[in-house]
Amino acid sequence: MNVVVCVKQIPDPADPGALDPGTKTLKRDVKLILDESDTYGVEMALQLVDKAGEGSVHLVSMAPNNERSGLATALAMGAASATLISDPALLGSDALTTAKLLAAAIGERDGVDLVISGSESSDGYTGTVPTQIAAVLDLPSITAAKAITVDGGQVQIQRQTNAGYDDVTCSLPCVVSVTAGVVEPRYPSFKGIMAAKSKPVDERTAADLGFDAGQVGWAGAGQEIVDIAAAPARSAGEVVEDDGESYTKVIEFLENLKVI
Amino acid sequence: MDFTPNPDHEAIAEAVDRVCAQYDDTYWMEKDDKHEFPWEFYKSMAEGGWLGIVIPEEYGGGGQGITEGAIVLNRIAASGAGMNGCTALHLTMFGLNPVVKFGNDQLKDTFLPRAAAGDLHVAFGVTEPDAGTDTSRITTRAVEDGMGGWIVSGRKIWTSKALESEVVLLLVRTDGEPGQGFGGLTLFLADLNRDYCDIRPIPKVGRNAVASCEVFYDEMPVDGWRMVGERGKGFHHILHGLNPERILLANVACGIGEAAIRRAVNYANERSVFGRLIGANQAISHPLAQAHMQLKAAMQMAALAAWRYDNGLECGEQANTAKYLAAEASYFAADQALQTHGGLGYASEYHVERYWREARLQRIAPVSQEMTCNFIAQNVLGLPRSY
Ligand SMILES: Cc1cc2nc3c(=O)[nH]c(=O)nc-3n(C[C@H](O)[C@H](O)[C@H](O)COP(=O)(O)OP(=O)(O)OC[C@H]3O[C@@H](n4cnc5c(N)ncnc54)[C@H](O)[C@@H]3O)c2cc1C
Repeated sequence: MNVVVCVKQIPDPADPGALDPGTKTLKRDVKLILDESDTYGVEMALQLVDKAGEGSVHLVSMAPNNERSGLATALAMGAASATLISDPALLGSDALTTAKLLAAAIGERDGVDLVISGSESSDGYTGTVPTQIAAVLDLPSITAAKAITVDGGQVQIQRQTNAGYDDVTCSLPCVVSVTAGVVEPRYPSFKGIMAAKSKPVDERTAADLGFDAGQVGWAGAGQEIVDIAAAPARSAGEVVEDDGESYTKVIEFLENLKVI
Repeated sequence: MDFTPNPDHEAIAEAVDRVCAQYDDTYWMEKDDKHEFPWEFYKSMAEGGWLGIVIPEEYGGGGQGITEGAIVLNRIAASGAGMNGCTALHLTMFGLNPVVKFGNDQLKDTFLPRAAAGDLHVAFGVTEPDAGTDTSRITTRAVEDGMGGWIVSGRKIWTSKALESEVVLLLVRTDGEPGQGFGGLTLFLADLNRDYCDIRPIPKVGRNAVASCEVFYDEMPVDGWRMVGERGKGFHHILHGLNPERILLANVACGIGEAAIRRAVNYANERSVFGRLIGANQAISHPLAQAHMQLKAAMQMAALAAWRYDNGLECGEQANTAKYLAAEASYFAADQALQTHGGLGYASEYHVERYWREARLQRIAPVSQEMTCNFIAQNVLGLPRSY
């Protein structure tokens, strides 16, 4: 069972991020870390490979400045190897270009049974890349998986819906995006961290993957960020002075929200 | 001089931070309050392989230096786990250093792999009620049983974690009389065999998740192969581990100080009195800034000491200096954090009182500030020995 997991390396959400007014994108020249929402995919993949008793987990990540810190975390969790797509020409790439590049890196590999990704990144939130990868690779796509079981050449998935979940069966290979919280991601162990240092990370540029400069980055982007604006400050809450009867106001408030 | 951040060290710190984040201040407050050993935390650390990181690789450990061991303890302490978290596992991580350096093969093969896996609880029995800091006066005695083994009788005080420990590194007198120098002292890695020893926790100020105990040894048999190193060289074997011990403790102390400052800063940024945040008063902010600077300086000295130790250089001056500075900085930080919280600082639920009780300990144990000054005065400055 060979699983490829797409992982994104993002600025640490604990540090206040900043938008670059010039490019209108998030400044990503700081140290990047593994997007927490991708740790679920990595954990899911490790469990599937473990259960299958053979195969390995390979990571694919596109990041500026040859950033590897986040990959190191996923390798320390137990992934076997990684492809890192990094190239100054990629600055400004939109979601579709990103998906094409990731798909090209996945396509380089033989015998891939399953591609897993998070549902959406915690810094970009487009939520479109997993399906786009599937389309580029011409593979079935299943989103919002909360449980994955592999059985022979098929995969059974519980797909999260508003009402509950759908049971979906799909042939392999396919692309599955997982929701956060589906599994408990393991913590990198000391030995995992040390072993990660000698795991292979292959670097790829846009050209290595068959793209020329005009197809990627700002030049190749099919979308344009027209404007950015600060999120409106949170407005002050309503203060209810307790005159002994204030609970009625609380009930009224909750009723209006339709939570009771 | 190269201060480039080391990615391995960053990864170790981040990973330990993550494990510790599962055990918040409320967990530690409860463990401290109920005098319960933090088994859940201990198991998480053992599973991650963190307890074996300084044990040599040939015994299943991580083969890392004191530098890396210190990072682990510093991050545990800084998480808010403080001494409760560190003492729970410190001796499994580092206590067997005399065995690594001087132990026979049977001792190493039997115990080091288990310590590396986190599956061996170790205590350290040196201090005695009537000897105090003057270890040459210890009276707990081991006599030969005539069959290659030993019989131990006597009384130790403050043996931390004795209740949970399977083995104790025990310094005893095999020869000579108390006060006649260190030549008669021998080190054993003995089983804490409850048939022959009585263990009584000592009620104490803080770090109450891990008991420190009085241990009475009543003709306890110890096999000959459990002797660590040579007969009569026990004190020497322990001395060897003192510098790394000081470096580790300096890191623990600084971790507690960091936790205290973190809470104090959060509180000072939230609490408003006289229509202004208390953190806007320099009487509050300056001592916190001073505490921060003192902690940073102590950490630098500890890093230097660790680097020297790991590179085989003499480090007595640096290790003692680091331990002294860290103990002062940590206590100052915890005290100031308590002050910053006003009356609530005295309430358990704000946690700084727990840090404060723990930080106080560093100025006494494992070595007092006075004895550290004695070391520097004599051995570094060349002043006459005063005692
Ligand atoms: C919570 C806790 C846990 C401990 N855990 C362990 C453990 O696991 N194993 C273990 O073996 N021990 C342990 N100890 C013991 C600890 O190492 C000793 O308490 C410490 O070394 C001080 O020794 P003492 O208590 O006998 O003080 P004393 O030697 O009686 O000293 C009393 C005071 O006099 C000062 N003093 C003594 N001589 C001089 C001098 N010449 N010059 C200046 N000042 C001097 C000391 O600095 C100190 O302030 C622990 C202690 C505590 C409190």
